[in-house]
Amino acid sequence: MRDYTTLQVIWFLLISVLWIGYFVLEGFDFGVGMLMRTVARTQAERRAVLHSIGPVWDGNEVWLIVAGGATFAAFPQWYATLFSGFYLALFLILVALILRNVAFEFWGKGDTERWRTRWEWAIVGGSFVAALLWGVAWANIVHGVPIDAHGEYTGTLFTLLKPYALVGGLATLTLFLAHGAIFLSLRTTGEIEHRSRAVAARVAPIAAVVVIGFLAWTLINQDGIEVFSAICAIVAAVLVVAAAALPGRPARAFAATSGAIVFLFVALFADLFPNAMVSTTNPAYSLTLNEAASSHYTLSVMTVVAVVLVPVVLLYQGWTYWVFRKRVTAREPAGGQPAGT
Amino acid sequence: MTSLELARWQFGITTLYHFIFVPVTIGLAFVCAYCQTRWYRSGEEHWLRATRFWGKLLLISFALGVATGIVQEFQFGMNWSDYSRFVGDIFGAPLAMEGLAAFFVESTFLGLWIFGWGRLPKGVHLACAWAVAGSTALSAYFILAANSWMQHPVGYEMHNGRPRLTNIFDVLFNSTAIYAFVHTMLAALLTAGILVTAISAWHLRRGTDGAVFGGSIRLALPLVAVAGFLQFFVGHFDGILMTHQQPMKMASADAVFETKEGAGLSLFAIGDFKSNPEGLKRNVEVPNLLSYITTGYPRGEIQGINNINAEYRAKYGPGEYAPVVAVVYWTWRAMIGCAVLMFLLGAYGAWRARRGKLEGSRRFLTLCVWAAVLPFIASLTGWAFTEMGRQPWVVFGLMKTHDGDSPSVSTAEVLITLVGFTLLYGALAVVAGRIFFKTARKGPDAEGTAEEPGKELALAY
Repeated sequence: MRDYTTLQVIWFLLISVLWIGYFVLEGFDFGVGMLMRTVARTQAERRAVLHSIGPVWDGNEVWLIVAGGATFAAFPQWYATLFSGFYLALFLILVALILRNVAFEFWGKGDTERWRTRWEWAIVGGSFVAALLWGVAWANIVHGVPIDAHGEYTGTLFTLLKPYALVGGLATLTLFLAHGAIFLSLRTTGEIEHRSRAVAARVAPIAAVVVIGFLAWTLINQDGIEVFSAICAIVAAVLVVAAAALPGRPARAFAATSGAIVFLFVALFADLFPNAMVSTTNPAYSLTLNEAASSHYTLSVMTVVAVVLVPVVLLYQGWTYWVFRKRVTAREPAGGQPAGT
Repeated sequence: MTSLELARWQFGITTLYHFIFVPVTIGLAFVCAYCQTRWYRSGEEHWLRATRFWGKLLLISFALGVATGIVQEFQFGMNWSDYSRFVGDIFGAPLAMEGLAAFFVESTFLGLWIFGWGRLPKGVHLACAWAVAGSTALSAYFILAANSWMQHPVGYEMHNGRPRLTNIFDVLFNSTAIYAFVHTMLAALLTAGILVTAISAWHLRRGTDGAVFGGSIRLALPLVAVAGFLQFFVGHFDGILMTHQQPMKMASADAVFETKEGAGLSLFAIGDFKSNPEGLKRNVEVPNLLSYITTGYPRGEIQGINNINAEYRAKYGPGEYAPVVAVVYWTWRAMIGCAVLMFLLGAYGAWRARRGKLEGSRRFLTLCVWAAVLPFIASLTGWAFTEMGRQPWVVFGLMKTHDGDSPSVSTAEVLITLVGFTLLYGALAVVAGRIFFKTARKGPDAEGTAEEPGKELALAY
């Protein structure tokens, strides 16, 4: 039985791509953020860590904004149920992202150690909370939450904090942490690079265990075996093990964590399809993509826009990474005058 | 307070706060791109130093704008889920387009611009500055198209009780959107013009860096004068358009209660502070002027609030269809008053600058510094007018605001986020304000240092 249209599937795929792009890109931003006080000790080192993501983190975050906008445009009922339902969780994510964003800008603008320490903790904490809660949120979306006959969420913040979802949060947290540590060992030199490698070697095995545990739990939760989702889960598991097994080869390890994030979320999205929101109250109350979708005309318009613009975006964002491909080095500014102040 | 009222306060607070940074970012992006072009063409170092100095202020504003912008997109779903369900087929499209077409360009090329000094060829680097400026304008266009659809819905048909998009071009080229866009861009240029004027004047009064600030203020004052002048025309025709599309808003702005021919322009009026006080206690007006401005004839007919109310009750059912008249009346006047003052300052200053008498007058320079508050009052009252004046509608004629909030969100939850965002935004305002003033006071990098290798860091972190 097929109760969805081609355009609805295209938009489900596109929204999946946007979320996955967001997690692959901002995933290492979160990791770098969480590690900024751990792998960098001096002011110059911490500046170098910030510079490793400086030119790109904002562009990476736009993937989230576009994912949100695309959900609103293509599946307004999904957007409405999800955003009003996960109300306080999203509020916490927003506060974390706001603090982290302004901290990037404010960090170098003060003269005292205290000032910088405060904003460093905002970056560490903001990255930590966001990396954890995105996993919690997606685990809940896939597993289902209490939703009534009108498509309204009937739980609270604490309904979302069930064990399965918390493991999902730990999975994204550890995976992003490993992803960021490996990113730093690719993008920095000297002491920072050494420490990042050491962190990666310690965190990646933990991430492998947690992610595999989460994926296994996800598969057990499924009614029967969803073959495609299971295959993706296995690929993600292999990749995250590979990342842990390659501490000396950061380029390959980075490809492995990126791939692990991609396949982890493909497995989740495949599990979710053809629903947008799963109701644990009554399966009949689940919101399907077909029920959630905009009209055929709106989806057609948005498809044209996406087909034209997404390749262009990939092109110039890729170019940015090429321009800033050189490793960043911690430099004590000449003359003792800190350059960032 | 009910969760609806709390959600409305939250939308008002977060949106007005966000809009402190929007016009600064748009305006300064154009100022920076212009200064950098002057440097690129002439090689004069003071234009480079000006670019980098205004660039630092742009980045502070941009950071706050981006951070608070995510809330804007999320809160439609969080606090206004019934609204989102109702309008999603239409309203989501310009939002998604804004992200795809504008935000990606803006953020990516800003990163390239900040970190690209000395790394990118100069021409490419300059192109990045213009890409940022252009994309800020593009993003304004899309979001104003979305807002304009709430003011004047077009390009849809009703289907199962919800509007369904029938023509995207009607939405994107809505007459309301085109006026709103030009109006907002001029406001952004006015904001940047006044800000550059004020900061330059502060430095000129102290005699610091005459080359950078003398050049900047001579750019900014004529910009203010021209943008202010054009704003009068745009505002005038926008007002006429609004009289057709949202007569209740304009009747409230002018506090005209009974339909009449030869209506006067009210300068000062007092009435009860409630949705519709049905009349005024005091009113000072210029006879026939309102009719003349609105219709082109001194005896032209102006629709009154009470008459429109009766008409709407017949059309939409019983209820109150007037906004809080006092708010609409006074925000409208505050906005126009500030615009007039800005235009006068710009025109007078440009005239002084032409006669070479700019730096001489400490009094005029002091006036310029204090003028910095004007564009912000104008923008904030302007938005309060536009949005409050549309009430009780959230989408004019289609959905009332009280039907749009989230059924699944409790009053306590809205209260938590309202208090949370307000405290967070307040703290950020203090920090960002201090950094902004500090950076503005410190002035540009010393002469001869702007092109040192590795100096790109100064603009970054």
